[in-house]
Amino acid sequence: MKSFFRSSIGRKIAMALSGIFLIVFLTQHFLINITSVFSESIFNMISHFMGNNPLVQFILQPILIAGVMFHFIMGFVLEWQNRKARPVTYAMYKGSKNSMFVSRNMIISGIVILSFLALHFYDFWVPEMDYKYVQSLPEDPDRYYEELVHRFENPIRVGLYCVSFIFLSLHLIHGLSSSTQSLGTNNKYAMTIKKLSYAFGIGIPIGFCFIALYHYFLHL
Amino acid sequence: MKLFLKIWRQKNNKSKGSMVDYEIEDISPDMSFLEMMDVLNERIIDEGGDPVAFDHDCREGICGSCSMFINGEPHGPEKLITTCQLHMRKFKDEDTIYIEPFRAKAFPIIKDLVVDRTAFDRIQQSGGFISINTSGNTLDANTIPIEKESADKAFDAATCIGCGACVASCKNSSAMLFVSAKVSQFSLLPQGKVEATDRVLNMVNQMDEEGFGNCTNTGACHVECPKGISLDYIAKLNREYVKANLKK
Amino acid sequence: MKKITYSLNYRKPKEEYSKTDELTVCVRYYQNLPNGKNKVVKKSTGVKCKLKDWDSDWHKSENRHPIKSTDSNYLEKNRIIRNKSIDLHSFIKDFSPLKSISSLNSKVPKGPLHLKWSNHKNDVRLVSPANKRNIDIIVVGTGLAGGSACATLAEQGYNVKAFCFQDSSRRAHSIAAQGGINAAKNYQGDGDSVHRLFYDTIKGGDYRSRESNVYRLAEVSSSIIDQCVAQGVPFAREYGGLLDNRSFGGVLVSRTFYAKGQTGQQLLLGAYSAMNRQVARGKIQMNTRHEMMDIVVVDGKARGIITRNLINGKIEKHSAHAVVLATGGYGNLFYLSTNAMGSNVSAAWKVHKKGALFANPSFTQIHPTCIPVSGDYQSKLTLMSESLRNDGRIWVPKKIEDADKIRKGELKPVDLKEDDRDYYLERRYPAFGNLVPRDVASRAAKERCDLGFGVNKTGEAVFLDFSSSIIRYGKEKALINGLDTKDLKLVKELGEGVIRSKYGNLFQMYEKIVDENPYKTPMMIYPAVHYTMGGLWVDYNLMTTIPGCYAIGEANFSDHGANRLGASALMQGLADGYFVLPNTINDYLADDIKTGPISDKSPEFEKAKKNIEEKISKIMNNKGSKSVDYFHKILGKIIWNNCGMSRNKNDLKKAIKEIQKLRKEFYKSVRVNGDQYSFNESLAKVLRVADFMELGELFALDALNRNESCGGHFREEYQTKEGEALRNDEDYKFVSAWEYNQNIEFSKLHKEPLEFENVELKNRSYK
Repeated sequence: MKSFFRSSIGRKIAMALSGIFLIVFLTQHFLINITSVFSESIFNMISHFMGNNPLVQFILQPILIAGVMFHFIMGFVLEWQNRKARPVTYAMYKGSKNSMFVSRNMIISGIVILSFLALHFYDFWVPEMDYKYVQSLPEDPDRYYEELVHRFENPIRVGLYCVSFIFLSLHLIHGLSSSTQSLGTNNKYAMTIKKLSYAFGIGIPIGFCFIALYHYFLHL
Repeated sequence: MKLFLKIWRQKNNKSKGSMVDYEIEDISPDMSFLEMMDVLNERIIDEGGDPVAFDHDCREGICGSCSMFINGEPHGPEKLITTCQLHMRKFKDEDTIYIEPFRAKAFPIIKDLVVDRTAFDRIQQSGGFISINTSGNTLDANTIPIEKESADKAFDAATCIGCGACVASCKNSSAMLFVSAKVSQFSLLPQGKVEATDRVLNMVNQMDEEGFGNCTNTGACHVECPKGISLDYIAKLNREYVKANLKK
Repeated sequence: MKKITYSLNYRKPKEEYSKTDELTVCVRYYQNLPNGKNKVVKKSTGVKCKLKDWDSDWHKSENRHPIKSTDSNYLEKNRIIRNKSIDLHSFIKDFSPLKSISSLNSKVPKGPLHLKWSNHKNDVRLVSPANKRNIDIIVVGTGLAGGSACATLAEQGYNVKAFCFQDSSRRAHSIAAQGGINAAKNYQGDGDSVHRLFYDTIKGGDYRSRESNVYRLAEVSSSIIDQCVAQGVPFAREYGGLLDNRSFGGVLVSRTFYAKGQTGQQLLLGAYSAMNRQVARGKIQMNTRHEMMDIVVVDGKARGIITRNLINGKIEKHSAHAVVLATGGYGNLFYLSTNAMGSNVSAAWKVHKKGALFANPSFTQIHPTCIPVSGDYQSKLTLMSESLRNDGRIWVPKKIEDADKIRKGELKPVDLKEDDRDYYLERRYPAFGNLVPRDVASRAAKERCDLGFGVNKTGEAVFLDFSSSIIRYGKEKALINGLDTKDLKLVKELGEGVIRSKYGNLFQMYEKIVDENPYKTPMMIYPAVHYTMGGLWVDYNLMTTIPGCYAIGEANFSDHGANRLGASALMQGLADGYFVLPNTINDYLADDIKTGPISDKSPEFEKAKKNIEEKISKIMNNKGSKSVDYFHKILGKIIWNNCGMSRNKNDLKKAIKEIQKLRKEFYKSVRVNGDQYSFNESLAKVLRVADFMELGELFALDALNRNESCGGHFREEYQTKEGEALRNDEDYKFVSAWEYNQNIEFSKLHKEPLEFENVELKNRSYK
């Protein structure tokens, strides 16, 4: 198994698995967030559960962070290896003739998403940690919605979020179908997966954008 | 036709190369791309220069020797053909054409546009075969019926000409399509299934050792493959590889 | 001097015999002993001959038969005598290169035809596996024949050193074969058998091949299919999962196995994979981008080769106990051919120069359906599969004015009325029509074009028209689907669909090259050089006349006579490589088990290497002015115009003179730029063309010498009133094997008489 993850295919499968794991996380993240549009109380309830359940906090959260880090580090390692595989580059290279822009630039969309993550952590995760573990403030099951609304008051932040979601979309469009290809899905389903990939890759980021804009305009 | 050519010239593996400009006139649109190169070389010889070296042999799209990266694509702008099958009528008068070798660390340049693709041979040597002796005293050919669909799929994989366009077009210089075609051809046939586990492990291992890049599923290889070999084979390779690892 | 002679066994002084007395004929062999004396080995043949029938000048006659035709049973008697001499010959193992006809020994085993090969396999000496490990074999060329030979020899345990000029053994030109491979499997139950395959091949070769070799080929053919399937070659299959067959020109059964239009590729990749397995085991040392420059003969035996590394230009020595040439054919002599750009005769020619006889050099196959030449810049011709003639009708305009208009583009071929078209094959050969054999179809096209009926700009093309098939298939399809058969547009559409499913890839290929849609306008085709039946003379064991030097595949002459049938080239290459050579070579190597490694330090190696180095530096320092292609093009034109599809005495003589002149000019003014010690394709090409310059002359000489028409060799002087080939079995039922002479014009002709004991010689007629 050690050699498996050292091989090119092993690594690409690891990339795919971690990617799919992150997609699952993203889906549940979205489903929770979207409740904020419909019901303040449900959103607060779920957020409170996620923020205080020990299973989520001490097992799932570290796994998630590890997954994110793994995906990024592996992404950089592979990119570095891939660049090394062609030391002298072409004077003229027309990638657009044979492949999608998004598929060739996963590293760029990935870096943008990474920067976004930093911002996102700074916005939500750091204050949360600070609240819970540093200052050890008392539990308040109703604070989450307000915090959310507060974050989306700043139009620049909302703008940054929306731009990042565009890159997330680009990343997902290729990422999802690519992961299934890496995992060896049969050609029978290839077209369906491709369509699904587009639907998911465009739908979820639009959904996130919608949430951000919704709160921005609602509380203008 | 009059053309402006920008061709990669490199004396040998050790020296540094560069793009050199050539102007060429009186090119007939009916010429093949390599015949245009012949005309250029004749002129260079007349002028006392060293002709542009390039690989070519059968000139009918099957031997896989020719390997030019033309205007940003392996085998030029046309799809499903090799360089030797590309004709000048696909270009316009006064076009500028970039001609470069297939570039990859695993394909070191020998001279100008000639690259060393023996890495492919070594991958095949690591397992691209069925270990039976060649005495002819095997089973009668019709002893094992093979489903037509599998036989056809195996054939489609086997049409690979080993030209390296997949590597050249891939932004990562990955040889996954090439390896997958060979692995799939054998694993689709009952004769090849016997050794499938070792074969895929060894071939992938050798591929990695040769310094090819990683596959990021951009799909460029399939689009540029002169034989149109499908990405499905890469998916199959991945499956086979996982299966083999679970077995071992 | 070692020689075999015939004599009568006189038991008393000659004068005491009368003309009608019968005496026994003896075969005698004079052996030079180390002490300077002669030893005579004498054997009775059991044949008796009257003094009056004895030809004491037998050694001066062409066929060297000692019994005159005045004897009622002279043919049979002469045959027995000859066989006896062959027996004696094989009894003498240390025979040096053959010098006279009596010693041109084909070593065909005795016994009935169908047992020859199995008996022979039982008789040859074997080499133990332990000894095989100490024996090296060089194989030059890694196509179907070379690749398969490398794999099997290495499998057996020999150390194989393989060489090819391509960058990988997978790129040899066998890869371009389209149609298929024959085998007498009789899977279709249509009455096929080994004997039928044998008979078809002999007849297709116009009775100019060796019976025993052809029979062996037919015999091992079915093992090839078994072998390839086991190797993972994806042959076409039926829905039931069993192998599919198709039919090919010149035969009445379906025995051709195929893998779409890429059979050659799949078979070669099969051999390549078998080789790879041995490379991985360390039994094959693969040397790619190496070109053989010369063979090294030590003490009368082939012991190595000199090569040039095409990447760095270094001249290298390689030694071995035996050398196998699998270097393919020499169609590129014509400059334009369907051969690959790199295909050449050099390896075979170098061996010829060192003493191997070159057989039937002028036997060339010219394939009728190739895409015509479009201009002077053209570098190569592309074949369109023979199968197209099943549905295409070949025609030219009836009136010369129409042809003229079509050439000028004033008239479109589709606008020409049916009555104004000349379907000349259907007219001349009503029985076979468009499906006459390759040689016949090619000649007929040339005849029309020579008279001015050619239809493209150069006047060298005829139409291959699918319109009537399209309509026919379309109507059939419309009927089946219950559609209106009178709707011409619909019918055409349906018909095009049928044609597309049958020949889609070929039509696409045509469109890519010519830029015309062959569904809408007839294809233009013209014959082109495709395959060379001639090659190095080999005996039944595939050994040339240099002991220890073997030739297999297209490089030898043995199996196709004067014309090759479709789908037989792949069969021969693999048969030689997988099954024949690995058996016969043991017999020779059995003597070498104690020899030990062959040194490459011997003076023979040094001398050969030095010669090559000198030759190359001479060429490099030649301050010429013309490129090698300039000369190659002229040579090709001379050969094509004078020794092409039809030949005559005057043209052939003229060709010889022209080639001699061109060769002089070539050495004087050929120019090679660049560096000798780097990748230099012009240099490699000059060295190849230099050998073509010599072969070309022998080619013409051979054609001139053969005063008959047979198969692909058509002499205008020898034709029937209707313009068909006229064979002369009486005088030319032999293989011409040429011995090298510096003055190629004076190359010495050896003849291997062909005996047909199992087939009756007939005239081929396709009327």
